[in-house]
Amino acid sequence: MSHIFLLILCMGAVTYLPRFLPLFFLSRKQLPPWLTTWLDFIPVAILSSLILPALVTGGSPRHLDIVKPELAAAVPTLIFALKTRSLGGTVVAGMGIYWLTQRIFG
Amino acid sequence: MPVRGAEKWSWAVIREGAGAAWPICLGYLPIGLAFGVVAQKAGLSLVEIGFMSLVVFAGSSQFIAVSMLCADAGFLPVIITTFTVNLRHLLMSSALAVHLRSAGKGWIALFGYGVTDESFSFNMNLFRQGNWGWRHALVVNHVSNFAWFASSVMGGLGGSLIPPGSFGIDYALPAMLICLLVFQLRGLVYVIVALVSGIAAVFISIILPGNSYVIIASVVAATTGLFLNRKMGTGEKET
Repeated sequence: MSHIFLLILCMGAVTYLPRFLPLFFLSRKQLPPWLTTWLDFIPVAILSSLILPALVTGGSPRHLDIVKPELAAAVPTLIFALKTRSLGGTVVAGMGIYWLTQRIFG
Repeated sequence: MPVRGAEKWSWAVIREGAGAAWPICLGYLPIGLAFGVVAQKAGLSLVEIGFMSLVVFAGSSQFIAVSMLCADAGFLPVIITTFTVNLRHLLMSSALAVHLRSAGKGWIALFGYGVTDESFSFNMNLFRQGNWGWRHALVVNHVSNFAWFASSVMGGLGGSLIPPGSFGIDYALPAMLICLLVFQLRGLVYVIVALVSGIAAVFISIILPGNSYVIIASVVAATTGLFLNRKMGTGEKET
């Protein structure tokens, strides 16, 4: 087996373990209520921590950059999502809004 | 907690899961194409590109790995970087676990392989709404994986022929994440947790290189939420 395939397999293994182990161990356990509550906040926390830096930072090394079409398009996309509560609709509308925003940013 | 129509495998479950997954697939398309183009330029063969997308299935770490390979980084640094970049899935799988109580070990093993930022947020939203079983979610994971695999191979084949930014498709994924975030704002405490996490993530991302900011900010924000919850309840609106 060539070097690159072995490397990919190792990458796969170290990616898989953190995905699998909590599922395996926690799905069989009765979790204490505080942990259930804590985990209930994880989705909203993860989503926000993924989205906001992508909208307001840029460059390498990273720095604040708020003049971005990504950020300008995020506000109407957010409003659209709040009003319609439609995932597919927001994806399509977001694409259109971003397309327009890029035109404006030139 | 049995969900009607989701207690066993059926064509309906597969159809519902696959049918719901299209926003994720659309979101993966431009990134998969871009990955294919970058990887091909870095000298990976089409088979290697497809193999990596199938086996690793974690976008940002694949981009980083390819750029490290270009820079002749050693075997071990690539593995360690991949591990740290993808460690955030630990939190997601912990939150998903409660919804997989009725799944067998083999299914759980298969499920773990498809946990991504997108499939996680997407499935958590539907689990909460009810009418969504782990089988549906498993189908979503694997349909998304196929979309990721197919688009990265397409990118490796001839992605450079497609002009970047066509139809604003680069924004499909951010728009989906924004909408999934909106679905998660179920009350005042959730809004506060989102603000704490987002603002903390911005500051940490400027101070620290890499993407450890996701884990750090999420842990800080969820812990803040736990304490607020004790003081004032979730403020969750009945829906």
